[in-house]
Amino acid sequence: MHAQAGREPAISLHEVTKRFRTPSRTFYTAVRDLSLEVAHGEFCAIVGPTGSGKSTTLSLIAGLEAPSRGRVLVLGEPVTGVGRHAGYMFQTDAVFPWKNVLDNVATGPIYRGVPRKEARRRARDWVARVGLAGFEDRYPNQLSGGMRKRVALAQSLINEPEILLMDEPFAALDVQTRTLMENELLELWSLTSASVVFVTHDLEEAISLADRVLVFTAAPATLKRAYPIDLPRPRNVTEIRFDPRFTRFYELIWEDLRSEVVVTYERTTKGATA
Amino acid sequence: MSVLQKAQPPDLSATALVGEELAAEARDQRRHRLERILQVAVFVVVVGGWEGSVRLGWVDAFFFGQPSGIAATIWRWVTRGTSQGPLWQHVAVTVEETVMAFAIGVVIGVIAGFALGRNRTLAAVFGPYVRMGNAIPRVILGSIFIIWLGLGMASKVALGVTLTFFIVFFNAFQGVREVDLNLVNNARILGAGPRQLSFDVMFPSALGWITSSLHTSFGFALVGAVVGEFLGATRGLGYLVAAAQGAFNTNGVFAAMVILSVVALIADALVTRLETRLTPWRPAAQRPGP
Repeated sequence: MHAQAGREPAISLHEVTKRFRTPSRTFYTAVRDLSLEVAHGEFCAIVGPTGSGKSTTLSLIAGLEAPSRGRVLVLGEPVTGVGRHAGYMFQTDAVFPWKNVLDNVATGPIYRGVPRKEARRRARDWVARVGLAGFEDRYPNQLSGGMRKRVALAQSLINEPEILLMDEPFAALDVQTRTLMENELLELWSLTSASVVFVTHDLEEAISLADRVLVFTAAPATLKRAYPIDLPRPRNVTEIRFDPRFTRFYELIWEDLRSEVVVTYERTTKGATA
Repeated sequence: MSVLQKAQPPDLSATALVGEELAAEARDQRRHRLERILQVAVFVVVVGGWEGSVRLGWVDAFFFGQPSGIAATIWRWVTRGTSQGPLWQHVAVTVEETVMAFAIGVVIGVIAGFALGRNRTLAAVFGPYVRMGNAIPRVILGSIFIIWLGLGMASKVALGVTLTFFIVFFNAFQGVREVDLNLVNNARILGAGPRQLSFDVMFPSALGWITSSLHTSFGFALVGAVVGEFLGATRGLGYLVAAAQGAFNTNGVFAAMVILSVVALIADALVTRLETRLTPWRPAAQRPGP
């Protein structure tokens, strides 16, 4: 419903391969011949077994890493290093421990040349939008895990990114906080036109949030299949889980995912790496 | 009987709860008092045993000194000054040398550690030399510095700098190296350039490491000053020790030692305050222990 027809995709990967040199001087292929497209305003979730190059894919889109082979395009432009279009929410806490909430949120605009006063004014607004009004002066270690995630979310969204990359952002949270954050994310996202790529282990999370779920194979990762999720929006992630169609999607995708998980599991228990 | 008692519901009335809280409070206070008493007892046994052994003639006061004699010496120095001039002058000289050595060592150490931490080539080229420099027993340099820089303050400051530099250097270096890669990537995504990465991410991140090295490095700055004075000086607490030693005045050596400890303790408290000022985001529990 967010997708706009007739324009180039927001993100596109063409036959992308990424190999890393390991400390033991061998090469490890994290991503192999991966092609995918994400439309403007689309919420795309990536699920796949542990260590299947999902995070690497995000790094490639963000420009933190360069592909070994293939092309990565964001808004039709080839990615050459970190650009101005992407926001990124990391799996672990990446808010700056030495900055209070307000300064953490104001970081992006300040780095991008907005005057300090104006940046702080905008940050105050975003702090309120993620429900942290009154906590502006706190340092991250004085906040709960959920509150730190809110800071990270505001920190990313204040730059008004056209693409938002999220690497299991809520994995460390307890179930209740996580559901709250997921609903809040959907609400904040619906006010923007950003395309989202959301990496997760959790299939339920993927289905309840996304317009499309991409299943990745075991490493080296490539796209196995894409499932459009045509559940109505606006969604409530708690209620949508009781929708019978939700259950059908879950069964369908899990069947596909399980074989990849099994492959990964067998490899790790045998002690083989790749 | 006991089964019956267990089955009874606990008394949760307000008075019972208040009584329990008061009892817990009283237990805490008793424990606290006992710890204080034991602390004082250790002091009394050690110092009293020492004084007693001397008075009973078990040990020779000439070689081992005497607590009452040490106290008398300190009192004489404070009220009438030492035979080498007023006490405050010696204290001031040592403190001045220490602070200068500390400040210079910290600044050079931070700059060098930061540069080598940030630049792999620099680290590869200079790393082995820095480690070699650190392997030199620095106290020996004291003699060379006195030949080069004379009996004044400069030689003591130089010795203190060589001691503090390496501690701060290695901590700053490690701090920059151990910056959380997520923080760096986050800053890059948010739009940080190389300068902003250095000063807005790397430096504050390393500051935790640097500040926790300040305690040790201040201690070493003091060691540098005192050893330098001991090797050759005309003033300072180290010089007082050397002078007392030359006169076989055991009480004088101990008295200078006590004064040095007091100076060191005051300095340590000040460094702790400085640390809190520099890294206000760190919770108190994460700071280094006693």
